[in-house]
Amino acid sequence: MSSVVEAGPGRGMSALAAARPTRPGALSSTLTFAWRAVQKVRRDPTQILEALGVPIMFTLVFGFLFGGALAGSTSGYMQFYIPGIVVFTGIMISMRIGAVVNLDNSREVTDRFRALAIWRPAAIVGTLLGNNVLYVVGCAVAVAVGLAVGFRPDGGVLGLLATILITLVFVFSFSWVYVVCGLALKSPTAALSACQAIVFPVSFVSNFFVPQETLPGWLQAVVNLNPFALTITAARGLAHGTATAGEVGAALAGCAALVAIFAPLSLFLYRRRA
Amino acid sequence: MRKSYGEVRAVDGVDLRVSAGSVFGLLGPNGAGKTTIVRTLATLIPPDSGEVRVLGHDVVREARAIRDRIGLTGQYSSVDEELSGRDNLVLLSRLRGFSWGAARRRTGELLATFGLEEAASRLVRTYSGGMRRRLDIASSMIVTPDLMFLDEPTTGLDPHSRNQVWELVRGMVGEGATVLLTTQYLDEADQLADRIAVIDHGQVIADGTPVELKRSVGSSVLRVRLRDAGQRDTAERMLTEALGTAVHTGADRLELTAQVAAEEEATLALAGLSGAGIGLAEYAFGHATLDQVFLALTGHPADGSRAETEEAA
Repeated sequence: MSSVVEAGPGRGMSALAAARPTRPGALSSTLTFAWRAVQKVRRDPTQILEALGVPIMFTLVFGFLFGGALAGSTSGYMQFYIPGIVVFTGIMISMRIGAVVNLDNSREVTDRFRALAIWRPAAIVGTLLGNNVLYVVGCAVAVAVGLAVGFRPDGGVLGLLATILITLVFVFSFSWVYVVCGLALKSPTAALSACQAIVFPVSFVSNFFVPQETLPGWLQAVVNLNPFALTITAARGLAHGTATAGEVGAALAGCAALVAIFAPLSLFLYRRRA
Repeated sequence: MRKSYGEVRAVDGVDLRVSAGSVFGLLGPNGAGKTTIVRTLATLIPPDSGEVRVLGHDVVREARAIRDRIGLTGQYSSVDEELSGRDNLVLLSRLRGFSWGAARRRTGELLATFGLEEAASRLVRTYSGGMRRRLDIASSMIVTPDLMFLDEPTTGLDPHSRNQVWELVRGMVGEGATVLLTTQYLDEADQLADRIAVIDHGQVIADGTPVELKRSVGSSVLRVRLRDAGQRDTAERMLTEALGTAVHTGADRLELTAQVAAEEEATLALAGLSGAGIGLAEYAFGHATLDQVFLALTGHPADGSRAETEEAA
């Protein structure tokens, strides 16, 4: 009978010996890292609380504070403001990516990943994808709070889903800026500060609070190049069922530009890590 | 192999050959360049110059072929603190190419082998040093590597955990793995390594089997422990005369050690001490320890404190 048990190496630690499977593909490795990010959210639910705070606070405080002054009535303002809040929620709660990437990169476990024969960007791309669980929660809360305060989108459920979808595409693209901060700076705190220093001008120099037509001409030119503003324009159109192919195309082009610039820069910094 | 960081030559002309199926020890104090050597061999950093081949592949041009076949256990634990032990192993099994189902099966086997089943669902952050190190080594054993790097695997572990790690290393070698181990503990190199290279200031200052290294320093060592510290000076003078070599005195005021060329000399020296009425609490005669090897090779003890001071400066 023992011969059955001892098939194989037949030594005391035979569980140490394992056959070598084939090298995993880029997609498989990326999804594995996405799974890792989801496990971390599951293990630390305070991250979800953060994702709830932003949409609730910004909708209630700024919506009611500015609504009457900016649009004449709060309910009128909400029709304009809420799709922007969805995108803003995404850009705000994804800011933590800078600190996450920085911490990861300073840990020895990254050496282990880097010493594996996997597609190098999988660790970062997977982290970005996995964190979508947080963004979906945040965007859904933004929509729910909006509906509660009188937001009535003409695009219906499909329009709202499209709004959230384009937000997720934008957040994935903009996250590469955070990844660059995370990899370029020395500490998680420094990375987070840099992310904040970038987010505030990007989100306020935009059509987030007010329509860009009310801005001076030179500022409109800047806003028209801001991928955050382009995404908000598309998100408003999608929510209310008025989006044109041009608006959605411009938003996607802005996202593509972010990825084209910041993804290669991130991967350069990731490779360079000593 | 050479590697510099700014002005600092971390590795300055190291030439190593490690044969398959053996344990090779890199022995040296903190800051000697051991980790830099391991990181270069594991394809994490490129060498500034020199040809480095691991398992027949060039570390720069053929890094992926090497990565398929190596396991790396870093100096601090290379595990994810924010995941459970089980999730760590599932993650790495997937990254080695296992399907989800096979990854879970492999994880189960490893958790059992490494005695981590009870703690499997807990976050690694809550693990003790020894558990963390076992998980770390398990993570490197998901597929049996042809070459396993262990960078100071027992630094900071209690003696019990250290013995467990030593058993694991012996088990891996039993499975046919080649292990490259760095350590600043001389007894660890002595216990585990088939060959040892002694590293200091980024250079190999000696290499060979543990026995060869000890022989190269001076055949054997006589160690005596006196009953009465007051007789120390007399004993030291008598031993120096009888053996014709320098007698070392350590922090322990009762203990004297000296290198001995031939065994008869040691016998005569002991007889001389007893004839002069010098009482001995104990005496031992044997091969030099690696501590003594290090002292003889570098002129300073292998305590690492000197290197740390330099790094801080």
